[in-house]
Amino acid sequence: MVDIVLSDALTSRAEAVRRFGRRDSLFRAMTALAALLVVAVFAGVITSLTIGAMPAIHKFGWNFLTSEVWDPVQEEFGALASIYGTLLTSALAMLIAVPVGIGIAIFLTEICPRPLRRPIGIAIELLAGIPSIIYGIWGLFTFAPAFQQTAEPWLIDLFGNVPVLQDYLGGAPYGIGIFTAGLILSIMVLPFISAVTRDVFETVPPMLKEAAYGLGCTTWEVMWRVVLPFARTGVVGGAMLALGRALGETMAVTFVIGNAHNIQKSVFAPGTTISATIANEFTEAVGDLYLSSLIEMGLILFFITFVVLACAQMMLRSLERRAGG
Amino acid sequence: MIVHSGLYRRRRAGNAMFLTLSVFAAIFGIVWLTAILGSLFYNGFSAISPKLFEEMTPPPGSDGGLLNAIFGSVVMSAIAVAIGTPVGLMAGTYLAEYGRHGWGSFFVRFINDILLSAPSIVIGLFIYEIVVVNTPTTHRVCQAILGSWCPIGHFSGIAGALALTVIVIPVVVRTTENMLLLVPNGLREAAAALGAPRSRVIRAVTWKAARAGIITGALLAIARISGETAPLLFTAFNNQFWSTDLNGPIANLPYVIFQFAMSPYEDWHHLAWAGALLITAAVLGLSIAARILERSNRS
Repeated sequence: MVDIVLSDALTSRAEAVRRFGRRDSLFRAMTALAALLVVAVFAGVITSLTIGAMPAIHKFGWNFLTSEVWDPVQEEFGALASIYGTLLTSALAMLIAVPVGIGIAIFLTEICPRPLRRPIGIAIELLAGIPSIIYGIWGLFTFAPAFQQTAEPWLIDLFGNVPVLQDYLGGAPYGIGIFTAGLILSIMVLPFISAVTRDVFETVPPMLKEAAYGLGCTTWEVMWRVVLPFARTGVVGGAMLALGRALGETMAVTFVIGNAHNIQKSVFAPGTTISATIANEFTEAVGDLYLSSLIEMGLILFFITFVVLACAQMMLRSLERRAGG
Repeated sequence: MIVHSGLYRRRRAGNAMFLTLSVFAAIFGIVWLTAILGSLFYNGFSAISPKLFEEMTPPPGSDGGLLNAIFGSVVMSAIAVAIGTPVGLMAGTYLAEYGRHGWGSFFVRFINDILLSAPSIVIGLFIYEIVVVNTPTTHRVCQAILGSWCPIGHFSGIAGALALTVIVIPVVVRTTENMLLLVPNGLREAAAALGAPRSRVIRAVTWKAARAGIITGALLAIARISGETAPLLFTAFNNQFWSTDLNGPIANLPYVIFQFAMSPYEDWHHLAWAGALLITAAVLGLSIAARILERSNRS
């Protein structure tokens, strides 16, 4: 009798252990599958865009990248104007946002009175989450008309007689255009850059700063010679991350870029970017070649942002390793 | 001491100059950002009325609200979160628990962070290519399985929700992994010492300890997608009328804002501002809730 009960218990125990084991591996397999799904989505994006872009790739080849022609009627497409606009608006955005963002981070870590640091820091982080369409609608309704009437004519007049600059900063004040798009992008990525930079500044060991102060350095010298060199990787990584955002940004740009498919010297002229072209024209595109060309532009955009974001990650990862010790 | 030498004065002056510059940088940034919020609240509040939540999007020149667009946005976001959160949670769990130092996890982490910042318009193109485009073979297979529910071949709320799902997943993966890594190993070891199998440890101990953080991730993901416009342009498209049919084009706030703001009609502009204010309020509310939760989790 006793024997039977015992063996019963033993078999049911073995049974339970096996059951646990099965559930365990099932759970593990499910998590692994979910992780693989992330990779599958990424691979799917590249594959589906490449397939969608095939007709345009066959038809135009490398010329697609170097041609400025965008003629839906004749079905002649080239992405140069859009690529140019994407790169130029993002460059303008970085030119403004990086120094200002670092300035804000210095302000927050060194100058700002202590009780204000947290609220301002939180406000900046919250602003980083505001959807880009808000920046777009503000740019279109509030900024562009004001800019057209005040600063833009003034700038054009100011540089009107300067030999080289008059080409780049001339023309008619439209309000919308490459410059406006770049400026709005810079405002959009500003919270992003300052938040990352501030976080990186805070990882600088206080000992380093104190040692420099002890040698008699001024605050500026400590920032420039100690903090910035120490935090360089992180700051560049954060800026690249912001650049990735700016390059792919759609709505903030589409509202204010003007959607003009040609390259003009003046930054005040209307232009277009890859994302703005796709957003504006995709649903109205008739004909396979037109659609395919837009998809190829999407593929180009994905490639550009991939390179930028991958660099950003390498830098931020190496930083994490260092911080982790 | 020779503190009043020229060099010393130059250094003092340089210091004062650069510190002033950084104060100006801060003012510059804060002025722009308050200008945006200010004009959003100014224009948005004057356009807010109960009608927004009672009436449909109007044709130009007549009165109306945003009810159909709000409904569409809420439904698509809900579906995206309902699918994206479990997937993201599982993938984040794999990265933090099973493959913490593995080579494969490193790769997944890398891809995930790329997807996290990838241009959302490209995600829209991706879903367009696999769902909206009408390819005869996939269409036939899909129709055989799903019948009239087959979403392939046309714009639909389902396609929009899928595009948003692709955006939700990386956000949830990232926050889940970060939050699980904060759970002390002692907890896992204690549970394992009691004889709990690994999956049990994860579900009953680790997830529970990181619960607030995981919810934070979901909230951040909702905040992220509630303003996303680009991926919806050619997936969910738009619908001027009330529609609950997820298998057809469905109205959504971001698209309506885009369309109305770009139009030449004054009353459409007002509605666009009102919609923008609604979205911003939702996003700010969600991020603040997420922040409060996160802090309660860390302490």
